[in-house]
Amino acid sequence: MLVLADANLRLDASAIDYVELAFYFALVLGIGALARRQVSSSLDFFLSGRSLPAWVTGLAFISANLGAVEVMGMSANGAQYGLPTVHYFWIGAIPAMLFLGIVMMPFYYGSKVRSVPEFMLRRFGKPAHLVNGISFATAQILIAGANLFLLASVVNLLLGWPIWVSIVVAAVIVLSYTALGGLSAAIYNEVLQFFVIVAALVPLTIVGLVKVGGWQGLVDKVTGSPGGSAQLHSWPGDNLTGFGNSFLSVLGLVFGLGFVLSFGYWTTNFVEVQRAMASKSMSAARRTPIIGAFPKMFVPFIVIIPGMIAAVTVSEYVKDKQILLDGGTAPSGVTFNNALLLLMRDLLPNGMLGVAIAGLLASFMAGMAANLSAFNTVFTYDIWQSYVKKDKPDGYYLRLGRVVTTVGTVLAIGTAFIASNSGNILNYLQDLFSFFNAPLFATFILGMFWKRMTATAGWVGLVLGTASAITVWGLSQAGVLGLHGQGTSFVAAGTAFVVDIAVSVAVSLATTPKPDSELAGLVYSLTPRESLKHDDTGENAGWYRKPGLLAGIVLILTIVLNVIF
Amino acid sequence: MAEQSPRPRKAGAFDIRLIIALLTGVYGAVLTVMGIGFTSDADLAKAAGVNINLWAGLGMLVFTGLFVAWALLRPIVVPAETDTTSPEAGE
Repeated sequence: MLVLADANLRLDASAIDYVELAFYFALVLGIGALARRQVSSSLDFFLSGRSLPAWVTGLAFISANLGAVEVMGMSANGAQYGLPTVHYFWIGAIPAMLFLGIVMMPFYYGSKVRSVPEFMLRRFGKPAHLVNGISFATAQILIAGANLFLLASVVNLLLGWPIWVSIVVAAVIVLSYTALGGLSAAIYNEVLQFFVIVAALVPLTIVGLVKVGGWQGLVDKVTGSPGGSAQLHSWPGDNLTGFGNSFLSVLGLVFGLGFVLSFGYWTTNFVEVQRAMASKSMSAARRTPIIGAFPKMFVPFIVIIPGMIAAVTVSEYVKDKQILLDGGTAPSGVTFNNALLLLMRDLLPNGMLGVAIAGLLASFMAGMAANLSAFNTVFTYDIWQSYVKKDKPDGYYLRLGRVVTTVGTVLAIGTAFIASNSGNILNYLQDLFSFFNAPLFATFILGMFWKRMTATAGWVGLVLGTASAITVWGLSQAGVLGLHGQGTSFVAAGTAFVVDIAVSVAVSLATTPKPDSELAGLVYSLTPRESLKHDDTGENAGWYRKPGLLAGIVLILTIVLNVIF
Repeated sequence: MAEQSPRPRKAGAFDIRLIIALLTGVYGAVLTVMGIGFTSDADLAKAAGVNINLWAGLGMLVFTGLFVAWALLRPIVVPAETDTTSPEAGE
């Protein structure tokens, strides 16, 4: 994203586009102010008082993830690889989201913990809690910085403001609504952002499809372009994985992407889980990720297809696609990351252009606000309240939450500059996920289903898992392993997962487990079946509110989509 | 900490559906006007002959209508018997 100085990316925005943008930002800040009136305790601030309906938390669940990486990165992947990119959605997200709703949410919501680290405290005790709390808080600040940098670099491209001004302005806007209204403001804005993103991308996709002559026209053009017809079928996706062998490629997609990375991200990442915890009942909490899965299935159509259209219609790509596919630098200065911006430049008239810019900025703010609201919760409850100042009145922690949000924003401005030094933002983020999420998922899944796992195993596994991922990353940075790009993070995540499991099992066998009585509600085999059930009456009644049935519908639709494409 | 003592809660829960409708309504109106009154031939040619402002504007207005109808038909319920307000938005 840094090498575009010479590419003509300045969008031709007019007064009406700026008015639309200004209106959007006014609403965003307005939501922060309105949500503030509802905040009267720390639980309101950090978990929205556990009172939100499932469709709100479900959309926020998707929107928190529909940030810069998703919108820019996946459209770039669409331009580069074509349809195999859908695996990031259909294999890499849907199954894990259903698993979270059906299997894991009863433990999270039922045990009334306020954060994922707090679950670690109940299951494994203080050392694991502290390790997890600190590593999560650190990761959030690093990721918030990356989101902030992406946001600022788009502002810089679109409006021409210097990068540091863009970073500070963007940070102040996100801070003002998260600090005022807490999680409610972040979640309500995420829901709003979801609709703006859809309103921006659907018309773009439709115009693009008309331009290339419909679906058949796109098929013809892509077949004739560099990359060819391999870009039109999701399986086996050799071009995406970089494996020469179709069988290995399918295996890699299912186990690498579909299992370790995706389950690690969706089921233990507090940024996501927090949205479900904010819902008002067990039933709503279980429905949150499942409701989110419906839009998630169709997001690829408005993200990947515009990328593919850009690759065959935008003049720079028509000329330079082969060079870019070969890993070269295009003479026109474009990269695949610019696909969406270039398509907007080429197709949208003033008016629609303003909505599209608002949609892009909305998506980047969504990511950062999600990081901030998860960071302040974990820092306040899991670090400060647990280890620094216990037993203060609730108002103290509410005020602290606002201060911590501000401090987090300032730190994120710092990490934004770290991110700006990283050549490829996507790789930077994938590396972070492999450090933190892969070992956490291993510890979780083992701890939830194996009652013998001990407290010591909990923290030792986490520390060594993260250390092994960082080692793999370090070795590959030093050129020892001969891996490059996203292959590094796949291997690092896999290593962390295996090391964590192995270490945890070994340590567990050598130490004493917690007594069964302390593990009820935390370990599957020791939890009474009825406490995993949810209330099916009243406002949770009706077939369309049954998590299992909804999940089945999602699963069938996903399989149908895989068969068609 | 897990359980709060009863505390006064304001019932003035705002309805996110109306805020979403406000945004799409304003965008829809602006785009429709742009599409009818201010679309040049150059704009049309740019968008492959589709008057995208008009169509997107109309689409957003229809969406706005649906959301307003939803908010009016299934308003937020504040249960009277509990101490917590529940911004219920009927699904």
